[in-house]
Formats: sequence, structure tokens, C-alpha cells
Amino acid sequence: MSLLELSNITKSFGAIHALQGVDLTIAPGEVVGLMGDNGAGKSTLMKIIAGNFPPTSGKIRIEGQDVAFSKPIDAREAGIEIVYQDLALCDNLTAAANVFLGRELRRKVGPFSMLDYPAMYQRAGELFAELKSETRPRDLVRQMSGGQRQAVAIARTRLSDPKLVLMDEPTAAISVRQVKEVLALIHRLKETGHAVILVSHRMPDVFDVCDRVAVLRRGTKVADKRIRDTTPEEVTGLIIGAIEAA
Amino acid sequence: MTDEPTDQELRRHPGRGPSDILDKEDHAAIDDSITSRQEVTGLGAVLRTQPFWVFVSLIALAAVMTVVSDAFMTERNIFNITRNMAFFGIMALGMSAVICTAGIDLSVGSLVGLSGIITGLIMQAGYGIGLGFLGCMTAAALVGLVNGVLVAYLRMPPFVVTLGMLSIVVSLARVVSNNQMIWDFGPDQDLFEWIGGGSILSVPNVVWILGVLTAVFWWVWRYSTWGRWVIAIGGNAHAARLAGIPVERMLVSVYVVCSLTAGLSAFLFVGYTGSVTNAMGFTWELTVIAATVIGGANLMGGVVFALGAPIGAALIELIRNSLILAGIPALWQQFFVGLFLILAVLLEQIRNRRGR
Repeated sequence: MSLLELSNITKSFGAIHALQGVDLTIAPGEVVGLMGDNGAGKSTLMKIIAGNFPPTSGKIRIEGQDVAFSKPIDAREAGIEIVYQDLALCDNLTAAANVFLGRELRRKVGPFSMLDYPAMYQRAGELFAELKSETRPRDLVRQMSGGQRQAVAIARTRLSDPKLVLMDEPTAAISVRQVKEVLALIHRLKETGHAVILVSHRMPDVFDVCDRVAVLRRGTKVADKRIRDTTPEEVTGLIIGAIEAA
Repeated sequence: MTDEPTDQELRRHPGRGPSDILDKEDHAAIDDSITSRQEVTGLGAVLRTQPFWVFVSLIALAAVMTVVSDAFMTERNIFNITRNMAFFGIMALGMSAVICTAGIDLSVGSLVGLSGIITGLIMQAGYGIGLGFLGCMTAAALVGLVNGVLVAYLRMPPFVVTLGMLSIVVSLARVVSNNQMIWDFGPDQDLFEWIGGGSILSVPNVVWILGVLTAVFWWVWRYSTWGRWVIAIGGNAHAARLAGIPVERMLVSVYVVCSLTAGLSAFLFVGYTGSVTNAMGFTWELTVIAATVIGGANLMGGVVFALGAPIGAALIELIRNSLILAGIPALWQQFFVGLFLILAVLLEQIRNRRGR
């Protein structure tokens, strides 16, 4: 059974048809690259899966069950975690506070329930160590580099044991060394049975970590191929429209 | 392969010689360790906060005044200063929460008048202090609720909403009181006047209340989920929403909390003065906001200090007191409060710029 199944997804914003009948299935533990030029509908599709807004028409199934997300928290509860491109972090809080934002660890002291700082620092530290990031749990996000922020955003997704992680351009705007770290993390997510959708403009990243690549062009899916059956040249051709479909 | 740096490497590290580029791996590690060496703990963190520096200037001003005026360090004068500041300090605690969400509440001053009048009317009618307090806080909570709903759900600018509310509340207070002064508080008059004006162990009751509330807010900001979420909303409301925080409900609760502190302050102040008119609290919002900002709150949101509220309020009251004792006409009071407000924000900006 597929983990996520999108069928005939359409999204219109007034007269603009951002998506027209897109089908996409993700198997458990599969890493799928989602590529396309700017305005091809990648972000719209991601936002539909993430629960930011519902599709105009079409069905979303998770493990065979029909779902309808009205807000991002619905998607999270269904086992989908998202790393947003702008990372969606609170600059004025520490790394650990951001990792646990909205699902803080608490402990009971008498009748009061209070934030459990030691536990959150420790768990956040473990997550950063897993990511081989030097990010420190007590540091303020305001003072962090792009790569460290990325680590915080990715560590957030590891808190729960999600079925699917959506990553929107996780390797944009970080150093070469950190790109390697993020790709290593995606490999690790895959080894532990997590499915990943990777939205990226970077061809080498997609060919490094993905099992499959789906290409969108002007709101329709023009290709959905296993990585071993395609080449960067073909994918580039599909993205820019030099190759009609494959 | 030679040891000469490539063009690209030289461009990336202008001014560095070939030997620097030899160990590229190490450099990345060193850079990272330097950028991550920003941990702030304990004393260092305290030294960087605005309330600390305002507290230092508070002590300095007090030291100067002790030398200048014999009347300053008397028990009576300290008693008066701490009591006078408490009414503003309590309200500043609530205002800090609103300002932490990048909002503002201009209606608190006139709300002091309205909730004071309502307390007076209930107690004058002989219903007792319990109902008087309940009525006072209910009126305050309702005003906060309306402010909060308009700001959070209808996405109206807090400045406009609470400015409108200021006017509405002033008018309501006049209508409800029929423009009469109330000084008869029924059977519980003595208890009522003791709560607001009395003292325990020669410390005014209102100061005890301010102390307890400050401790409560300190705990809330540091250890409660509510506090953490309010600070998160102030930092990045969009991220807070994506993290599943009920941003709208949180905002409403913040405006209600702010109004409740105004209601409490009104209840205490009426008891202290022993009478109430609908003009009570008029323009207090300016003093409360000044105290909050001097105490370290940032109008852009995301910053809050529980201790900042009483410290800011204390500084304002100290300036007022010092001017009187130094024989400078009281007409200058607002001038110095304003000057300090601007200086406090200016210093904060300079420190921020250096930090970046």
C-alpha cells in the first residue's frame, strides 16, 4: 500500500490554474524528488500536502485512508512533517525552544506543569548530534548561520516519528559542507523507513539521494521516473520543456 | 597540484596567505566553532538586559538623591515611592505581555476609570467587597476580550482598536457614573480602604501585591507554555502558527490579562484614595507604556522581562520624587520621563547595532 496517494489534484486561484490533474504516489521509505521551474506548481503541491490549503478538487489518501487537511497541524497529526523554505523559526528563542515549539516537554511540580528545560536541552542536543550539527541547544536562533538554522528546522521534524518529511529547498543558501550533511540526513531518514519528498532546484542533490523524480511543468506532471532510468540531461529537458513528456 | 591558492580561494579569503588555505577542512571547523560560540548564560545574560541597566541607573539616582536631600532616604518617602509606583507596576506587567506580541493597549488608563467606577457603584449599593471585586474584574476582562477579538480575529491594528476603546471606555465611565464622585463604599469600606492603602510589616499592601505578581509573571515567562507561546508569537507569529500554536486564542488571552491588571490596579487605587471619579486613570496608559518600554520591552515584540515592569515603574516614580525633593517645579516631571524613555530606547538600539 502506498503511503501517500494524490489523485487528480487540481488547484485554481481565480483564473490561474496552478495545478491541473496531478497524480503522485509515495511508497513508505521512498525518497522522491519534486522538480520544476519557478511557477510550475511545486510550492502549491507542497502546500496542499502540508495542509496549508485544500485542493480545488482531487483526493489525498494516506495509507489508503481519505484525508482532508484544513490546517498544517492536521497534516502533522497524520504523520507529515515539513521543513519550510523560510525555515519558520522564532529568532528570539533558543534552538531547543524552536525544536520543541508547540509541543514543549513539561514536568509536574505539585499542581503546576512547567517547561522541562533539562529534558528539552538534552533531547535537542541528541537530535543535533544525530544530524552531526554543531548547533547548540541553548544558542539563540538569531545568532545562527544558515546551516545551523537548517539543522534546527530539520531537528523539529525528528521529534515525532513522521511517516513522510516534506523538504522545501533544504539545500538552498547553505555551505557545501552543510549540503553534504543535509543529504546524509535524508539518507538516514530513508534507512529508518521515512519517506521524503525533496523539492529542489539542485540536480546533483536529487540524483544523489532520490529514488524517483517527478517533474512538474505549468501545473501538470510531465514525468515520474526512477532515478536509475533517467539522466540529469533528460530531467533538465523536461523542466524547461525541451522534452515534452517522459 | 601546487600549494598556490586558486583565484577563487583568494577571493573568498582576501588577505590570507597560501598557508592559511592549506588546511581547508580545519578552517571550516574553526569558522563553525567561532560562529557557534555565542552561548549566553548566567551573569553574562543578566548584564546584557535592559532592566539590569535601568536598575543600575535607578540605584545611581537614589544614591545621588540620598546625598542631595535629607528627606529622600526616610522611611516615609521610600514608603510613598514604592506605593505610588506599584499601581503602574502592576499594569506594566500586563502591558509587557501585550507589547511582547508586538501589540499595544492604549485603553488601560481609561479602563482604570471604568472598572473603578463599577467597583464603587457596586459597593456603594451595599453588595460588599467580593462582588465589587468581581464586577471590577469582569468589566476589565470584557474590555480586554473585545480588544483581543478585534485584534486577533479581525486582524485590526492594536493601536487603532485600543485607541477607539479608550474613547468608548471613557464615555462609558461617564455614563455609568452619571458624572458623580463616589466615596461611600458600603459595609466593607474599611477593609476596602485597608487593602489599597494599608500596609503589612511597614510595606504597603500594593507593593506586596506587585511583588507577588512580578514573581508569578517571572515564572510564567520562564516556565509556562503560555509564556513561551506568547514570546514565540512576538518573535514570529507565522512560525508559531505553523507550529500549531493557537495564535488567535493566545492573543485574546494576552489582551484580557493586560486589562485584568488594569482592573486590579483600579480596585487597589480606589481603595487607596478612598474615592473614585470617572476621570481616574486618565492618561495613565502613557505612564504604563513608558514604564514597560523603559523596563526593556521592545515594541517590535518578542522581548519580555517580568522584572522590567516594576523597575520601569520605579524609575518613573523616582524621577518624579527626585524633582520634587530637589525643588524643581513638578511641571518638569513629564519632560524627564519622556527624556528617559527616549534614552532607554536609544541605548537599546545602540547595543543591538553593536550586537549585529
